Amino acid sequence: MIGRRRKEPPGPLEYGRRLWLRASLWATFLFLYAPIVILVVFSFNNSRRNIVWRGFTFKYYEKAWNNDSLIEAFTNSLTIALISTVVSVILGMMTAVMLWRFRFPGKAPYEGTMALPIIIPEICMGVAMMAFFSRIGWPTNLPWPINLGAITIAHISFSFPFVAMVVRARLARFNPELEEAARDLGASQWQSFRDVLLPYMRPGLVAGGLLAFTLSLDDFVITFFTAGPETVTFPVKVYSMIRFSVTPEVNAASTVLILITLVLTTVALWLQNRSQSRQ
Amino acid sequence: MSTRAPIISINSVSKSFPGGVHALRDVSIEISEGEFFALLGPSGCGKTTLLRILAGFETPTEGDVYIDGRDMSRVAPNLRPVNMVFQSYAVFPHMTVAENVAYGLKVSGEDRGTIPSKVEEALELVRLAGYGDRRPDQLSGGQKQRVALARALVKKPRVLLLDEPLSALDAKLREAMQLELVRLQNTVGITFVIVTHDQNEALSMADRIAVIEHGNLLQVATPMELYEYPTNRFVADFIGKMNLFEGTNVGSGNGTLNVVVNGLGRLDIPCRDTLTGDVGLAVRPEKMLLFSEPPGDDYLAFKASVDKVAYQGSETRVFLSNDKGIAFEVSVRNASREDAANQASGSLWVAWKPGDTLVLSD
Repeated sequence: MIGRRRKEPPGPLEYGRRLWLRASLWATFLFLYAPIVILVVFSFNNSRRNIVWRGFTFKYYEKAWNNDSLIEAFTNSLTIALISTVVSVILGMMTAVMLWRFRFPGKAPYEGTMALPIIIPEICMGVAMMAFFSRIGWPTNLPWPINLGAITIAHISFSFPFVAMVVRARLARFNPELEEAARDLGASQWQSFRDVLLPYMRPGLVAGGLLAFTLSLDDFVITFFTAGPETVTFPVKVYSMIRFSVTPEVNAASTVLILITLVLTTVALWLQNRSQSRQ
Repeated sequence: MSTRAPIISINSVSKSFPGGVHALRDVSIEISEGEFFALLGPSGCGKTTLLRILAGFETPTEGDVYIDGRDMSRVAPNLRPVNMVFQSYAVFPHMTVAENVAYGLKVSGEDRGTIPSKVEEALELVRLAGYGDRRPDQLSGGQKQRVALARALVKKPRVLLLDEPLSALDAKLREAMQLELVRLQNTVGITFVIVTHDQNEALSMADRIAVIEHGNLLQVATPMELYEYPTNRFVADFIGKMNLFEGTNVGSGNGTLNVVVNGLGRLDIPCRDTLTGDVGLAVRPEKMLLFSEPPGDDYLAFKASVDKVAYQGSETRVFLSNDKGIAFEVSVRNASREDAANQASGSLWVAWKPGDTLVLSD
């Protein structure tokens, strides 16, 4: 029986049984993940050059940890990501609630252009940001952390639309009678927002916030154009290190970044799934 | 009922929405304290808009609304002595049953110490004692509705508003909840205003019913009055079934109305009012009887032949027509198994007492 079934031609949706599809699937996996695996593996390579495997070591993690300028860049990145996330979540939430609740002139064009930072090529955004900050004469040589202002503003401007989109999508399924019920039971407008709408939006806010955090932490292009010599972030620092030589130290630092991004994205996806299954 | 003070006075209320939609036109209703009042009409007739005006979610374009003696037309929903049970129940999904019921007490600054006992009492009232720790997604539709009821009643409102509360329940549960709502209303003694499109629901629960169509208030009456003495064609047709014959008024006065109906001839109907203009004559299917011989002078009787018989268990609907093409629908009660077995057929006399004829001039 089983031998006979094997000879049946694949059904219309049995893509997994078509050879060419399987081949392209494995090719995708190979080109997508092999470089990352190699990067991680060679971060443990006991060799100054990153070409031949010379044995296992944690040496370069230690070295990266003791590299002051790398740690400074890492601290900068985390600070920027933190501030940009908090502001993006608040701004994105307000935008989402405004677009969901109110009708106002120019709403449709605004809804369209709000997502522009998501669509615009990063390089254009970076150049635009650089031109803008130099045009208005944004001061440099400020004390830390105020000197991170320009980068933070740039990050907020491309992060908050993501938060707004996630929250807006969630609000589309909100039952307005819930808010009316709160008002009917004696809640003021603010109380019904705090007690009903905010808890409802919370999973969207968390997911959007994590998205904003990883976006900011990862960003290279826009940051590169807005960063001064004093305000190097982690991705920019890694880039400058690579220009001299690809050492396992860069691999080690990159592995840490991958780990952070991976963990945060997983948490974001998990939170979103949980909120969807709850509804 | 009329001797009691009105708890709600709706005075010449009109509501129009942007875009020229007239949801309500010059509606005036007085609802007495402790009454079970139903707003009945087809979907989109404006009954829900009227309820939302009472709750404070809409403001009337014209006219005003007094609740408990105070002008409430423009008062925010959270400052009104009314509470509402929403069509979707609107139970807060992120709170437990007890937290849902306590919410209204908390936001209105009730003393924290007394809240748990009040919540317990309210849950007992709707027969959900012991469900306080459940989450809404663990409840059935009927239980969610009870939570919504408890949540509204715990605030001891002067008026409880119910927006199509039973429409989402299945037929058996709906009937049980009808009785439950009447029991609840008797227990708490609060005025209930319910919106429904289901005439049976309104007839079986309400003390008085307001029929609304296209934003116009057509009639306010007790269920019995509404069924037996509807004042216009829409109400007559909307509530129950009706045989309607359009006729020409050929003489009115001295307690009698003479009407000529095409295909039936001249009918003499007892009628207190002196009417001018053409009228409609309406007779309920169950008021009509079927005879094999002419039934005598007590009845208005017309010869007709049976077209179709629809057996429906407790009753049988018999559709007949006479040689002039006038159609009758007669409802015959199946009081015994013999009645059920011997269904009407052939040529019969359709007859009813003149006094059971309803005269519709509107």
